[in-house]
Amino acid sequence: MSTLPPLPDTGPIIRVENLTIGYGGKPVLENVSFEVRRGEVLVILGGSGSGKSTLLKHMIGLYTPMTGRVLIGGDDIVHAEGAQRQAILRRFGVMYQHGALFGSMTLLENVRLPLETFTALSARAIDLVARTKIDLVQLTGAEDRLPAELSGGMRKRAAIARAMALDPGILFLDEPSAGLDPIVSADIDQLVLRLSRNLGVTFVVVSHELPSIFAIASRVVMLDRRSKSIAASGDPRELREHAPDEWVRRFLNREPEPA
Amino acid sequence: MTSAPRLQVATAHGHTVLRLSGLLDAARVDAVWNAALEAVQRSPDAPVVVDTAAVEHLDGAGIALLLDLLRQPRGENAGVRIEGLAARYQALLDQFDPAQFRAQPERARRPASVREVLGRGSMAATSGALDALAFVGETTKALMHALRAPRSLRWRDTLTAAQRGGADALPIVSLISFLMGLILAFQAAVAMRQYGAEMLVADLVGISLVRELAPLMTAILLAGRSGAAFAAEIGTMRVDEEVDALVTMGLDPVRFLVVPRLLAALVMTPLLTLYAMMVGLFGGAAVMSTFEIPLSAYMRETFAFVTLSDFVGDMVKTFVFGAIVAGVGCLRGLRTRAGAESVGLAATSAVVTSLVLIVVADGIFAVVYYHLRV
Ligand SMILES: Nc1ncnc2c1ncn2[C@@H]1O[C@H](COP(=O)(O)OP(=O)(O)OP(=O)(O)O)[C@@H](O)[C@H]1O
Ligand SMILES: [Mg+2]
Repeated sequence: MSTLPPLPDTGPIIRVENLTIGYGGKPVLENVSFEVRRGEVLVILGGSGSGKSTLLKHMIGLYTPMTGRVLIGGDDIVHAEGAQRQAILRRFGVMYQHGALFGSMTLLENVRLPLETFTALSARAIDLVARTKIDLVQLTGAEDRLPAELSGGMRKRAAIARAMALDPGILFLDEPSAGLDPIVSADIDQLVLRLSRNLGVTFVVVSHELPSIFAIASRVVMLDRRSKSIAASGDPRELREHAPDEWVRRFLNREPEPA
Repeated sequence: MTSAPRLQVATAHGHTVLRLSGLLDAARVDAVWNAALEAVQRSPDAPVVVDTAAVEHLDGAGIALLLDLLRQPRGENAGVRIEGLAARYQALLDQFDPAQFRAQPERARRPASVREVLGRGSMAATSGALDALAFVGETTKALMHALRAPRSLRWRDTLTAAQRGGADALPIVSLISFLMGLILAFQAAVAMRQYGAEMLVADLVGISLVRELAPLMTAILLAGRSGAAFAAEIGTMRVDEEVDALVTMGLDPVRFLVVPRLLAALVMTPLLTLYAMMVGLFGGAAVMSTFEIPLSAYMRETFAFVTLSDFVGDMVKTFVFGAIVAGVGCLRGLRTRAGAESVGLAATSAVVTSLVLIVVADGIFAVVYYHLRV
């Protein structure tokens, strides 16, 4: 049942419009708007507690915002229900911060799951598709291991493989390189760049690892905890040198606050 | 050289002078803390000088003491001044702005008013009840869907849950119900024997086991084993964002996680109860054989007294108990917040809530069956 409505090929692929989000009536971010262009790697960054994870979870429809809407491929995920919501959900995959692989299933079974649920492919075909995804993230050989038997970096790559199972046009990654050694972290950066160049996948990445941001980001959106809004957005190299806001330049140059 | 901290308080020219000396570190500073604080608080309208020239060493705790003195509310022209502090300690102290530490503890300690407590409590209770109701609706819908389209059911998870909750529970169910039958029969037999009515023990054991004890004990055991397990399993998945992953993959957590466990419980609870009944009756029979009543006579008496309607009523009851245990366990698991602690809370509250609901349901069944039988 490959009834995936194709993404329209023009205009921004994601639009965040006037989003106010928070917990228990207390806003974390107010009136935030930005766009994600097709095929780019957009990095959401900002200090600890600035609301990066919160923003990501609202963009993928897990939480309902106080006001505003999120359009994915032109359709509002906030107010969509039933079949329409399912269709929007199928446009993207998510890699959660700790992988969120299903602990009782092997790596292969984890990747097979979305295919089994949403396609009419034969078991044989599903198997092969799942293996190709595992190969893309260079985990061939580990198919039959349980998530607990994988290292942290392998788990993140496995989660990317699962998120890609149905070939969504958009991948959301929550802190793909946090807590990994520099080489593994660079491996994941390479993976992101490869997928973005070869398959045209659009990435929305939450990160505060500067080396990784400069390696992958076509654009960044920087959140500011104090103003509860976007402090700056644009090319990270450009912002590092010429951002009007001093705090933004300091953040990107890793300089401490002046005393 | 280790010397205990000391404090001398003197008043001169309208100034209060606190002279601190010795080692002001975490292990010792407590000895002078309250005295120093009181000395500062006692004279809110006179300037205070804290002389630290004789202090040998300060660590973070010693710095905190100075900060505590500095942050006290003071009258005009009555500031607290630290003097004689070695430069390296002064630098440690200068990291902090005393104003930032003012009046923070008070806010947290303000006790909530009765109205606030009642209001918050009833709001939580209402939203909890609405949430439970919504969950029952969602689960029923998902269960119906699974029954109509059995291929959509996750059979492997269902079988695993059935095995863990059912087959693996056999030893403990055997032990408890055998003992229950045994004790019940023994206590009854001692009394009945005086009237030469040992045969009535069979009736008593049979009726209590079938009508009440077997379903109740099985449900309680199930709540402690499976209910807690469901809550902890699903709760851990929630904490690890696995439930979020299901949602964004477009898989309904109720259909995916709850329905298999619920179905397993609905099938296994009646079977376990039946089994508990049989084992309990054998427990009774074991006692009776020591009173020289043969097994065949005991069984004949039991089955003559326990009617089919007892039995049917019993099965209906166990279905409800099974649904309660699985439903509460899964709901508590799905509502787990963040962190390891909340998984523990989810498991605890799953067991407690199930037990309360089981007892309430049992009471309702007792009343309804009583009126139906008359
Ligand atoms: N479940 C929650 N309930 C209430 N408040 C929350 C919750 N999760 C986060 N917050 C609060 O929302 C704010 C933003 O949190 P968020 O996790 O989005 O920050 P972040 O930018 O991802 O930070 P980090 O880089 O440390 O992960 C913080 O002040 C946090 O305390
Ligand atoms: Mg975060």
